[in-house]
Amino acid sequence: MSLRTPVARARGLGSAKEGAHHWWVQRLTAVALIPLTIWFVISVIGMIAAADSADAGYAAMASWMSNPIAATLMIGFLAFGFYHAALGMQVVYEDYIEPKWLEVAVNVVTRLVLAFFGIASIVSVLMIAFGG
Amino acid sequence: MPTATQNRPLSPHLQIYRPQITSVLSILHRMTGVALTLGTLLIAYWLIAAASGAEAFAAAQDWIGSFLGVLLLLAWSFSLFYHLCNGVRHLAWDLGLGLEIETVTQTGWVTVAVAGGLTLVAWIVAFAVW
Ligand code: HEM
Repeated sequence: MSLRTPVARARGLGSAKEGAHHWWVQRLTAVALIPLTIWFVISVIGMIAAADSADAGYAAMASWMSNPIAATLMIGFLAFGFYHAALGMQVVYEDYIEPKWLEVAVNVVTRLVLAFFGIASIVSVLMIAFGG
Repeated sequence: MPTATQNRPLSPHLQIYRPQITSVLSILHRMTGVALTLGTLLIAYWLIAAASGAEAFAAAQDWIGSFLGVLLLLAWSFSLFYHLCNGVRHLAWDLGLGLEIETVTQTGWVTVAVAGGLTLVAWIVAFAVW
């Protein structure tokens, strides 16, 4: 039995900012990625099967992405994958990088780079899907 | 100062432990997570190349089909299958399932076997249809 208040016991053990949300979204994106990654691997193998060596599979790629369901799943895979990666890398940095300012700086750079490539890859999927 | 930050014992240092299936698989989840993050950048490159036209895509495909490309793809595929299987294991733990130490050891070996098996099957099928 302790006579200390809950807040007195919690003080000094770390802050309660956005940890729960981060943890939750990491799991949410992980669950989404289970079917999406399996779909991605099977589809890429399917694309290899359909590929024509004359154009290095360009036509197979275009016809794969011109299917609206495939383009949607691909964008889902990319969005959840990049988000999950950004959240995951942050945890890795938190564990290993000192001092704090460096950890935050590396995290900011990672977030921006992943956001940029995430957006670029989704734009690319849309361009292929619309026959650009 | 709160007591929580004072007089806390230091746990024995990592290096004095013999590697165990639990600790090795734990760090492997992290390593494959980082590898997959780098892999997503390569997937982005592949898609950007495809959107840039037939020539750029052919160059990307050439590179992926090279020795180095296939090696990276092999590492990526195993990383994906391992991280996927071990991720499911993590999610089960989050639900409070499979936390007994013998179970953790067993599911660890199952994870390695399934991840290895899936990698093998994926490559056999991929080569068969190539
Ligand atoms: C695009 C593919 C993926 C990438 C780039 C990726 C990346 C990462 C990274 C960097 C971490 C942080 C590792 C750490 O903190 O040690 C992580 C953690 C995690 N990943 Fe993934 N991952 C991917 C796919 C998946 C899939 C398919 C699952 C399916 C179950 C999954 C489940 C998890 C879980 C549960 C964690 C948290 C583990 C923990 O509590 O330490 N990931 N991931």
